[in-house]
Amino acid sequence: MAGTPNAIETPLSSADGSSPAVIVFENVGISFEEKAVLDGISFQLARGETKAIFGVAGSGKSTVLKLALGLLKPDAGDIHVLGEDVTQMDEESLFELRRKVGMVFQESALFDSLTVRENVAFRLMEEHDLSDEEIERRVRESLSFVELEQTVDKFPSELSGGMRRRVAIARAIVTQPEILLYDSPTGGLDPVTSTTIIELIVKQRDVYKTSSLLVTHRLQDAFAMATHQFDQKANQVKPLPAGARGDIPMGFLILRDGKIIFDGDVHELAQSKEEYIREFIS
Amino acid sequence: MQAVQDYSLLAARSLSNVFRAPRYFADMTQQADLIGFGSLPIVVLTGFFTGAVLALNSANTLERFGSLSLIGQLVSVGMVTELGPVLTGLMVAGRNASGMASELGSMVVTEQIDAMRALGTDPTKKLVTPRVISTIFMLFFLTIISDLLGLIGGGIVARFIFGMDSHQYWSSAWQTLMFRDVFTGLVKPLFFGFIIATVGCYYGMSARGGTQGVGRATTQAVVASSVLILLVDFFATKLLMAIFGYR
Ligand SMILES: Nc1ncnc2c1ncn2[C@@H]1O[C@H](COP(=O)(O)OP(=O)(O)OP(=O)(O)O)[C@@H](O)[C@H]1O
Ligand SMILES: [Mg+2]
Repeated sequence: MAGTPNAIETPLSSADGSSPAVIVFENVGISFEEKAVLDGISFQLARGETKAIFGVAGSGKSTVLKLALGLLKPDAGDIHVLGEDVTQMDEESLFELRRKVGMVFQESALFDSLTVRENVAFRLMEEHDLSDEEIERRVRESLSFVELEQTVDKFPSELSGGMRRRVAIARAIVTQPEILLYDSPTGGLDPVTSTTIIELIVKQRDVYKTSSLLVTHRLQDAFAMATHQFDQKANQVKPLPAGARGDIPMGFLILRDGKIIFDGDVHELAQSKEEYIREFIS
Repeated sequence: MQAVQDYSLLAARSLSNVFRAPRYFADMTQQADLIGFGSLPIVVLTGFFTGAVLALNSANTLERFGSLSLIGQLVSVGMVTELGPVLTGLMVAGRNASGMASELGSMVVTEQIDAMRALGTDPTKKLVTPRVISTIFMLFFLTIISDLLGLIGGGIVARFIFGMDSHQYWSSAWQTLMFRDVFTGLVKPLFFGFIIATVGCYYGMSARGGTQGVGRATTQAVVASSVLILLVDFFATKLLMAIFGYR
């Protein structure tokens, strides 16, 4: 296996080390039809941290997110989310845990027979403890966050791909979960829309301090996230002053052939000598 | 083998969910509306014409023995114990088992089922149980409607083709029905409804492989539920006969 170094064991990389990890993968392996997709991967996501996951198509990025939510069960290893062992939990208790985690699916996965309003309100309605006015208020708030208030009565099929992605974000954040999992939120979108979506994610991170895993194909998205912050007074995303770079808890993780070949922060990434990684970041 | 196990698990879950919160009454009424009123036209039509053709065929035989007056009895027993439940079941299977398989199947392949689980909602509670309960409930009433329409169809044939006295037809049709016939005829749709919805949902939930997979699931759901209805019909009839003590 020339050219494939061992996974870099740096728990709590780029986080301050004092906050407990919200997601922990330990030697997780999974295969589909005899083909090992993930082969003993370990990493941690610290509270408040954003970790970007890279890898070529089919390297198992979506699989990592689905494992974290317990939508898939690993063949080997342990996964802890908010202190609970996802691998040992039955579906019934997983439903409880998943209420604290939001996920934006790769293809948005909006309910196509429900309107945008009903999609975003889905979780609130399921919880049965809010009044209709309160639900409506929170739906509006969430949709205005993604700047799509005018679409409440539309069906997902009437929206563009980028709008659907934003509705999916609104649906994931409406309950203000502690963890957000974004699966390729900018995949297949034009640069302008991609920037809008990355700004939304930065805003979510800085306003609500959510921990998140972000799968993406675009390294520039992750770099933008590491170098920008949301300015609440000006209500816009601004570049960090040069001296403050690195203040943002932002980790990078690269998957290759079922292994983690890189796990570290932006400086470590920039200094990496590994050829494959250099190729990735160039 | 795995499939049978998965199916049984889903079928068991669909019923045990009834006793666990949350329950989805709104989804249940919506499904009941879709299954019940949506199927009404075809159930009315099949019921009516089955009764009519039953009368036509049996009249032919009965005439040879000079006992045309038995037409009412034949139609009513045939309709109520057998043809009403089975044909209604098959019709609803064709319409709704396929509908459920394609709807849930599309939700699986577009990750909507995963999204629902990710949002903390159990798809077996939100999607499967309401379908199962509404199908059982509605099939019961659809079968009664079909039985009635069959009797009317038979009555019309008896009156206008064979010139039989309507009063005689209805009283013989009515009097010949015994408790066990009616009971048999009303228990069957409960089983059939359960089969239709669980099989439809099972094939939908286990759909794989894009739109083609959904198409396959839909066809399989109709075939499997129809065959299962006929099989269960045989055994249910045998069992109920044993209980009521003939043969
Ligand atoms: N449900 C499944 N059944 C069979 N194989 C699967 C399944 N889900 C994923 N795979 C396989 O696992 C591998 C990783 O899939 P995954 O969706 O995680 O890739 P990805 O990194 O998200 O790719 P992309 O960047 O294209 O989204 C692929 O080879 C895929 O074929
Ligand atoms: Mg993916």
